[in-house]
Amino acid sequence: MGNEDERQARPRGPAFTAKSQLMTSDDVARALRRMAHEIIERNHSVGSISIVGLQTGGTAPAMALATMLAEISGAPVSANTLDVSFYRDDLSRNPIPTSSATHIEHDLTDRTVVLVDDVLFTGRTIRAALNALSDWGRPHAVQLAVLVDRGHRELPIRPDYVGKNLPTSLDEAIVATLDGVWIGTREAT
Amino acid sequence: MIESIRGRSLLSLNELSKDAILEVLDTAESFVEVNRRTIKKVPALKGRVVASLFFEESTRTRLSFETAAKRLSADVLSLAVASSSVKKGESLRDTIATIDALGIDAVVMRHRSSGAALQVSRYVPHVKVINGGDGQHQHPTQGLLDAFTIRQVLSERHDTTGLESGAELFEGLRILIVGDIRHSRVARSDVAAYATLGAEVRLCAPGTLLPEGVSTWPATVVEDFDEALAWADVVGLLRLQSERGSGAFVASLDEFTFTHGLTVGRSTLLKPETLIMHPGPMNRGVEIDSRVVDSSAAIVERQVSNGVPIRMAVLYLCVAGSGEGPGL
Amino acid sequence: MSALVIRQGLVVGVHASDVADVLIIDGHIAEVAPTIDAPSDAYELDARDCWVGPGFVDLHTHLREPGRESAETIESGARAGALGGYCALVAMPNTEPALDSVALVSYVLERGARTPLDVAVAGAITKDRRGESLAPMAEMAALGVRLFTDDGVGVQDPSVMRRALTYARPLGVRLAQHCEDEALAAGGTMNEGALSGRLGLTGRPALAEELMVMRDIELVRLTGSALHFLHLSTARSLELVLAARAEGLPVTFEVAPHHFTLDESACANYDPVFKVHPPLRAANDVEALRAALARGVVDAVATDHAPHAPELKDLVFDEAPAGMLGLEHAASLTFEALGDAADPATFFQVLSRGPARVAQLRRGDDRFRHSAHGGDVSVGEDANLTVFDPTCEWVVDRHELASRSMNTPYDARAMTGRVRATIARGRLVVDQGHLT
Repeated sequence: MGNEDERQARPRGPAFTAKSQLMTSDDVARALRRMAHEIIERNHSVGSISIVGLQTGGTAPAMALATMLAEISGAPVSANTLDVSFYRDDLSRNPIPTSSATHIEHDLTDRTVVLVDDVLFTGRTIRAALNALSDWGRPHAVQLAVLVDRGHRELPIRPDYVGKNLPTSLDEAIVATLDGVWIGTREAT
Repeated sequence: MIESIRGRSLLSLNELSKDAILEVLDTAESFVEVNRRTIKKVPALKGRVVASLFFEESTRTRLSFETAAKRLSADVLSLAVASSSVKKGESLRDTIATIDALGIDAVVMRHRSSGAALQVSRYVPHVKVINGGDGQHQHPTQGLLDAFTIRQVLSERHDTTGLESGAELFEGLRILIVGDIRHSRVARSDVAAYATLGAEVRLCAPGTLLPEGVSTWPATVVEDFDEALAWADVVGLLRLQSERGSGAFVASLDEFTFTHGLTVGRSTLLKPETLIMHPGPMNRGVEIDSRVVDSSAAIVERQVSNGVPIRMAVLYLCVAGSGEGPGL
Repeated sequence: MSALVIRQGLVVGVHASDVADVLIIDGHIAEVAPTIDAPSDAYELDARDCWVGPGFVDLHTHLREPGRESAETIESGARAGALGGYCALVAMPNTEPALDSVALVSYVLERGARTPLDVAVAGAITKDRRGESLAPMAEMAALGVRLFTDDGVGVQDPSVMRRALTYARPLGVRLAQHCEDEALAAGGTMNEGALSGRLGLTGRPALAEELMVMRDIELVRLTGSALHFLHLSTARSLELVLAARAEGLPVTFEVAPHHFTLDESACANYDPVFKVHPPLRAANDVEALRAALARGVVDAVATDHAPHAPELKDLVFDEAPAGMLGLEHAASLTFEALGDAADPATFFQVLSRGPARVAQLRRGDDRFRHSAHGGDVSVGEDANLTVFDPTCEWVVDRHELASRSMNTPYDARAMTGRVRATIARGRLVVDQGHLT
């Protein structure tokens, strides 16, 4: 693994202890493929879609989705990454995240943005992403794809494409990557 | 040793660990990207108040800090010396108290006296103090942006990114600092940053312009300037700090150029890939010949343009990391 | 005057120390004996476990009056002195205007006479302390001035210093010097060294002091005139003066508590309360001063009490005035510096007997209208006494000082040993550690 990959895989925040694995890497791949088909079905053409993966957990799923969309449709799909650290409103609750790269290829005006993240939880990351996106133009529409929806929303945010719905309790933690999905606990800070 | 400047004041690079410095450099990478956007603004410090208190005039640095604060969406209160009542004998403590009464989160400060930033941080411990240069003591953001610039240029050369390289490119990197080291806060900050990141630092200056106790610094003093130029991978030049009285320490500007100026002739001693740096403002013809400044080896413009992202990184880490802020 | 009896302290005489009672009547010591049958109306002062000795004499106090009364007055300084165990103070002449004439000396003497302590005056050596032309030393001597100094600064021009020494000789007075060559000191604000280099502060090299010490020792040799070295701060200065004294030259010296308690590292956080001239020195200098104290070779401990109004010490380090308070803590710090084997005789020697000799305030000296200080604790002596409790543990609070100013470097410091009572000219001015 190169440095960049290590950086992606390194968990943020306190250490995670897995209790059980809920999805294997095959399960994840299948779910992503299904979501890719749903995206095409809903949007008809992929030419106006910009996939935007949220750093850091959403970038790998985003790239995977973009690749799959390109395979299915036969046309290249715009793939981008967005770091929302500077747009968060909950800095007082969480330690400020180490920032990572934002690569957005072009102005997003009139595009259909599909935000991609690993886990949807309170919804605050997505809100920050919506704030951030407005700095890149005025998209025609913004849709949301997540590998896992674990509930406990604090804002009126809902996903358009979900890999798996996993009701959880607040003291549990979820890790969702292309290698699989685990439920467990995090060390207290 | 401070392991991270999150939620803290930034007063001196002497106290920062390698991780703390890398954290600033890595964060600044993101802000370089922000500064390339059409809308060069993020809401990270929205609702926060940053005061800029420049008791010593410096348009460039002050603007750089204020731009950084504004691009983080902070509200900026600007106090320049001429309009300050400090000249009328109001003590430092009172000036700070007046500003503090307006509810500030951070103050960026420059002062002609060493230690002023630290003294202020004692008066207002709940305010983050960013030292923008205190007398001859430290100029932390300059040291950071200098290190950042070196990493940026060298990582491009090695076809990698600053983030990926971490501190690797500094291991054993040969950095020469020349000029009025005695009176220079930039020199003190640079030496701290470079040495902490793993570089090998050498200092070259007229004997009278070396500081007391320089043998205790993490750098080696060398006397043969020509040999040092051929050795270096990076050459950092400093100007004579004549406003701090350094004129009395050398016979004349011409003499200084004769002994330690980077003339066109001396520039031929440099290795082809050696970088030339200067914190500015430059005295063309004194410590550096105009033609050398304008050569491609000089990366002074990069230093200047990296000022805003570095200062954004510092403000972001120090202020946003303090854990108190506006909510939803 | 009514009677006062001090019970069962360790009475520290010139030749011996014994536990005894001391009876004071009408400003004089009336009786010293293992037990005394005191008059029924005598005030009883419990001095068990305490040391009883001659009241302290400070050779070096800045009373700031006239000119800087916001920092200190003669009255407030005397109160601070009394709390510190002092019965006599020598007021330094760097007031505004300087004490360089009969009129100004009289002013201070007159105001000093209103306080319970003896306030002697050190006159300036040169007019306005400018180091150029001599001040009227003979006229001032006629008013009782026995010490002359330009303190705050040293006399820079060697020819002027030579002239002053030569002139002073037949007058029976002593000159005192603040040894620092201003050119070498280069306007510095702390000791010159690796620390000043790192902090970006201009340093005052040790050599600035030592060079003037060397110069003045040679001038003393040339003129035969007596010289007292103020606040020696380096190991080398100490060596030089001790050697000169051993040769038989008429030199004496003092050390200040801040120089044998604090070192230059105190300046690392740029707090102006630690700014002083000559500056706080390196750790080995502090060690040398403490060792000299313990060995009993120091002539005097002198406070160099230098009050500054709070707003002045609120300035940046470069701009703040130099100087720190000292009267109220000198005795405790001296006691601590003497160490576990603190010898009471040495304690009273450096705080009282030695300075009394330099200031010419002893019984046999021509001491103008002042009472006698630094004597034996025996019948007939003037009752200038200090009762010191070596077991008292306490903590300094800068808000609880008698001084008008607050620039003490010892705030929140834990101290061992404290003045319990001060009897000045027979009057009990401090009792139980408080002003009466």
